Amino acid sequence: MNFVTPTIVLAIGAFVALLGAAFARDRFFEAHMWVLFFVLLASTVFMLRRVSFAPAAAKKSGEDADGYFDDVVRYGVIATVFWGVVGFLVGVLVALQLAFPDLNVEPWFNFGRTRPLHTSAVIFAFGGNALIATSFYVVQRTSRARLFGGNLGWFVFWGYQLFIVMAATGYLLGITQSREYAEPEWYVDIWLTIVWVAYLVAFLGTIATRKEPHIYVANWFFLSFIVTIAMLHIVNNLAVPVSFLGSKSYSAFSGVQDALTQWWYGHNAVGFFLTAGFLGMMYYFIPKQVNRPVYSYRLSIIHFWALIFMYIWAGPHHLHYTALPDWAQTLGMVFSIMLWMPSWGGMINGLMTLSGAWDKIRTDPIVRMMVMAVAFYGMATFEGPMMSIKTVNSLSHYTDWTIGHVHSGALGWNGLITFGAIYYLVPKLWKRERLYSIRMVNWHFWLATLGIVVYAAVMWVAGIQQGLMWREYDEQGFLVYSFAETVSAMFPYYVTRAIGGGLFLLGALIMAYNVTMTILGYERDEAPIPGAAPRLQPAE
Amino acid sequence: METYTAMRHFADSWGLLAMTLFFIGVVLFVFRPGARKAANEAAAIPLKED
Repeated sequence: MNFVTPTIVLAIGAFVALLGAAFARDRFFEAHMWVLFFVLLASTVFMLRRVSFAPAAAKKSGEDADGYFDDVVRYGVIATVFWGVVGFLVGVLVALQLAFPDLNVEPWFNFGRTRPLHTSAVIFAFGGNALIATSFYVVQRTSRARLFGGNLGWFVFWGYQLFIVMAATGYLLGITQSREYAEPEWYVDIWLTIVWVAYLVAFLGTIATRKEPHIYVANWFFLSFIVTIAMLHIVNNLAVPVSFLGSKSYSAFSGVQDALTQWWYGHNAVGFFLTAGFLGMMYYFIPKQVNRPVYSYRLSIIHFWALIFMYIWAGPHHLHYTALPDWAQTLGMVFSIMLWMPSWGGMINGLMTLSGAWDKIRTDPIVRMMVMAVAFYGMATFEGPMMSIKTVNSLSHYTDWTIGHVHSGALGWNGLITFGAIYYLVPKLWKRERLYSIRMVNWHFWLATLGIVVYAAVMWVAGIQQGLMWREYDEQGFLVYSFAETVSAMFPYYVTRAIGGGLFLLGALIMAYNVTMTILGYERDEAPIPGAAPRLQPAE
Repeated sequence: METYTAMRHFADSWGLLAMTLFFIGVVLFVFRPGARKAANEAAAIPLKED
């Protein structure tokens, strides 16, 4: 493999970033361009050391013996584990910052900057890498074709890591366009658009060159995720930069239209990034791990179409009792409630895939993790529609109940299904007989589950108490509590929440150790899980 | 008619009808005769190798 072209492109990129720093219109852009310059310069130096002047070999990079492009998936799995640990760690930090305000270290580590760092790290860095890695793995296996576009997969992977680094450093420097879950400014958005189009080309190209006549349902979910995120990202980030060498831009929309565009994006990021994409994982990895086809393939098709037809309308429930027209609020509420049906159809489909193999929940901790993920998917998609009902929302909105809801979905559903997929993938990708330790998976499972239960339960109590305190009137019509009183009442809950998050982080650290040891080729000497089928021994 | 009103009327009439019909079409297609066999074949795709 010759690295001449990417090395030249990186060097030119580093020079352009240097020019950007030199002619920057504001100090934020200047600082950000310095970051970009050093990242690209380090990458150039790294690549220069790998350039080979020998004649081009016939073997393509990352080509495995079975003809699949799995090197990029291996990198993706490692990146998922790495960003997961980083994202959860920052999560525990922001939780502690809320409980102990002294932990806000000005200016770079204020809550206002670490909070988007946490949300983007877990959603886009951890979740995004998990989605890219698993979608590349699944689309190749179920299409029985190599990933399309030669080294395009490498561009998608490294381009996405650059987006993560630019987004994360931007937040800490204080660069934000203040759109929730879409905080990066216009130039980082443009870069992500380029990477995303390459991702779409690689994915669609693989499907187009498939040797399997049918497109497996997991690929439908992955494809809808890629296409919809492209559409959402572009529309939500329509903005006019103040200068081509400045960090500030203004949205193309104003007022309530801007708010609705933001939540049309925000809720569909949940619907298509955190739901459709991860359902693609569910529809591949659960059948693989239990070695049974999905319970009802026809239900999965209806699940798919119902989900994508309804999710796109649910966004206005984030804007109940605002300037948004009442009919739009009601529309958002009605579609959110209707979403119950496809969500639960999908949950039942995932769980029933185990029919005839229920004993695996007892004997296989990876299956247990996946089943718990689907169970949390069901619980979160029950709670969400309920919270979208206007009367419930009048109590729950702006309180910590919302935070609890998000985390039961994100930690429970997205986290656990990703962990399950990682535990399935690592021995397969590195051609190991089994994981370093199955018992550590069990520890991870219980730590994560306990952490989520503590987190969600505490936030229910905190959120409902907060909501009730805010709306408490005395007989003369005055508010009973000042806002500061409702904040100080949250202290014990915030501390307990940080403990719950800490348990989840501890589980992820165990996973990181387990995955590392598996990759290095170790096997822990341990008693098998009771009831598990013994591993077949080669004949003497 | 201003653009907003025109688009809104289109969305809650023809747009809604088209999407509903498409969805009903999908459901009917999924339950067409012979679909069970095709679905079972498709469901077996991930289990075919490795």
